[in-house]
Amino acid sequence: MDASETQAVLSARSAARARAADYLARRHRFRWPECLPWLLAIAAFFLLPDRMTFGAQVLIMVMFALSLDLILGYAGIVTLGHAAFFGVGAYTVGLLIARLGYTEPISSLCAAAMVAALIGFGTGWFLLRYRGLTLLMLTLATAIMLQETGNLRSDISGGYDGLPGLTIAPLFGIFQYDLYGHVNYLYVLGVLGLIFFFVRRIVYSPFGQALTGIRENVRRMHAIGSPVHRRLVTVYTIAAAIAGVAGALFTQTNAYVTLAVFDFDVSAKVMVMLILGGTGRLYGAFAGAVVYMVLEDYFSKMSPTFWQFGIGLLLVLTVLFAPRGILGLIEGASGRAARRAGP
Amino acid sequence: MHLLRWLGMAAVALAMGGYAHAATVKIGVVLPYSGANADLGHQIDKAFDLYVKLHANDIAPHKVEIIKRDEGPPTGAQAKTVTTELITNDKVQVVTGFVFSPSAIALAPVITQAKVPMIIANAGTAWITNLSPYIVRLSFSMWHPAYPMGAYAYDKIGCKTVAMAYTDFPPGKDSTEAFRTGYEKAGGKIVDSIPMGSPVQVPDFTPFFQKIKDEHPDCMYVFIPSGAHAAGVMKAYGELGMRKAGIKLIGPMDLIPDNKLQDMGEAAIGTIVMGHYARDLDNPQNKAFVAEWHKAYGPDSYPDFMSAAGWDTMHAIFDTIKKLNGDLSDGAKVVDALKGWSTNGPRGHVMIDPATRDIVQDEHAMEVYRQPDGKLGERVLGTVKAVKDECKVLKVGRCAS
Repeated sequence: MDASETQAVLSARSAARARAADYLARRHRFRWPECLPWLLAIAAFFLLPDRMTFGAQVLIMVMFALSLDLILGYAGIVTLGHAAFFGVGAYTVGLLIARLGYTEPISSLCAAAMVAALIGFGTGWFLLRYRGLTLLMLTLATAIMLQETGNLRSDISGGYDGLPGLTIAPLFGIFQYDLYGHVNYLYVLGVLGLIFFFVRRIVYSPFGQALTGIRENVRRMHAIGSPVHRRLVTVYTIAAAIAGVAGALFTQTNAYVTLAVFDFDVSAKVMVMLILGGTGRLYGAFAGAVVYMVLEDYFSKMSPTFWQFGIGLLLVLTVLFAPRGILGLIEGASGRAARRAGP
Repeated sequence: MHLLRWLGMAAVALAMGGYAHAATVKIGVVLPYSGANADLGHQIDKAFDLYVKLHANDIAPHKVEIIKRDEGPPTGAQAKTVTTELITNDKVQVVTGFVFSPSAIALAPVITQAKVPMIIANAGTAWITNLSPYIVRLSFSMWHPAYPMGAYAYDKIGCKTVAMAYTDFPPGKDSTEAFRTGYEKAGGKIVDSIPMGSPVQVPDFTPFFQKIKDEHPDCMYVFIPSGAHAAGVMKAYGELGMRKAGIKLIGPMDLIPDNKLQDMGEAAIGTIVMGHYARDLDNPQNKAFVAEWHKAYGPDSYPDFMSAAGWDTMHAIFDTIKKLNGDLSDGAKVVDALKGWSTNGPRGHVMIDPATRDIVQDEHAMEVYRQPDGKLGERVLGTVKAVKDECKVLKVGRCAS
């Protein structure tokens, strides 16, 4: 190969690299509609001051769904045991308060993230060699094993009766939690904002692109030499940490935790929310969790007995007419509108 | 003209004065209305509705407004959210219901802060009432039937040795712990204690019971959640021929739920349970209660121990409204009014212990037998009068604080 050929290869390579970087930068660029969910969340604080206890629960589920989106939506890891990490986070905070008397909220959150990440790394390193049904069963088993361990040592975990009366020290030493949940709501919203910023960075990074590649065609990723297993374990660990933070917030806002946080229902519900909102779309977690929980709340007030019918109907309609979720529906509509407006 | 206007204004003022006096008491009812546990919620809900329907005039001129919300699964989270909103949004003066202990436990700090009384119509974990001075329990603790059963089994049934088997969740652990405490105090010997899995699904009880059969105790004490589990227990117990092997089946009343009894067949006959309610219970209040129930909900619907507690719960709330003349705005006064409250209800004589705010009630040892008409029934063998929650009396474990 002579000098001019080498030169050509190098310039082609740098051009490709520049194109890729440009593509990523373009995708990562801030878009105005992205303000909308955050403005709505802040507006809710001022318009619905009586509903903040519920609001905080919704935001926690948004965070939990977001963590699932990272592994299910972007990396294509199908799991039915995501509650394991939610539960680990919840219990880290619970045990810190109940058994060690440690009540500072922010550092407890960090501890919960670390413990959940550790469990995520340990189980992920082993489980992510498998795919499909095997993986599904193994993730489910992980959550059940953690729950049963808690039940076995209910002298420590409090069992299904839980750890009651977990009072948390005032936030930053100033803001005391109140009955109306105002501080809770802003606290959860703040943490969600940080986490969302972090997740957005990840999915628009080269690492995020590699995950999408793994989801779309794992053989090809192997063929081009991408370290598939390592990337999957990395994203699984990150998602576990975020789920752990969501669980920790759940304990802090409820001042209570029971082994029910590991329930299959929890894993299933968060997946339903995400699918309802739209997977692999970042804001799908917002749309899904908010719509699901608000409707659940509305229907269950309307009819405490038959409200599940309403939710069921909604899910059937989603699967039939909006298989890509609510966001998919919106994207489709705006795409059609753009085409109509165009030449 | 002036006089007329003056009279009119006076009339309006009077009417308004009268209106202000006739209070509307807002009651928040939190029960599981949906999902797998909706049955439990409905047993209490029907009792609430029936009481309110039949006794609405007792509290005249005051009225009650009942706001129902779904308690959700036994995690405490949903119950906490909806109850907090009942208090902060709907401004209810009393919250009641609560089938699951985690709901009540999760809510304790909320009601303490809000100073709104919580009147528990079911949740049975013993130490709940210690969590807040605003908690009053009208139902039972797991210790109510299980602890007196200990001494009764040793003295009256003749169980010199007992093997225990239980569903591995808090009520199961509490019930066996309470039985063990009472039984060992009386002089008995526990030979085994076998956990039988989670309450979520009904296991095949055969391997657990076979182990007990091999150990040859005089009696086996079984705790399972009422409902489908109970039928499974009877099936395994009958198929293994354990009664013929000389092992008597005993337990709390959950072992023979009223609505499952007829399906249990021959194996159930001779089973002895301890409980505070059975629909055959022979007292005039219960006769009237069951008759009204059938009239309202048809001949195929039966009240059970949860309904009986629900009835007494609403009765206690109504009596409090009368006593405080409709003004339930001060939670502490409501709780004070309930301390020492007593009545003759479907369960017989019940009272609220002023010291613990928990129920004091009679416990009956009941045996399953075949009635002359061929159906299965329960007959009372003996009664332990005025049973308190011994967990708190003896300060066992979490009941101490």
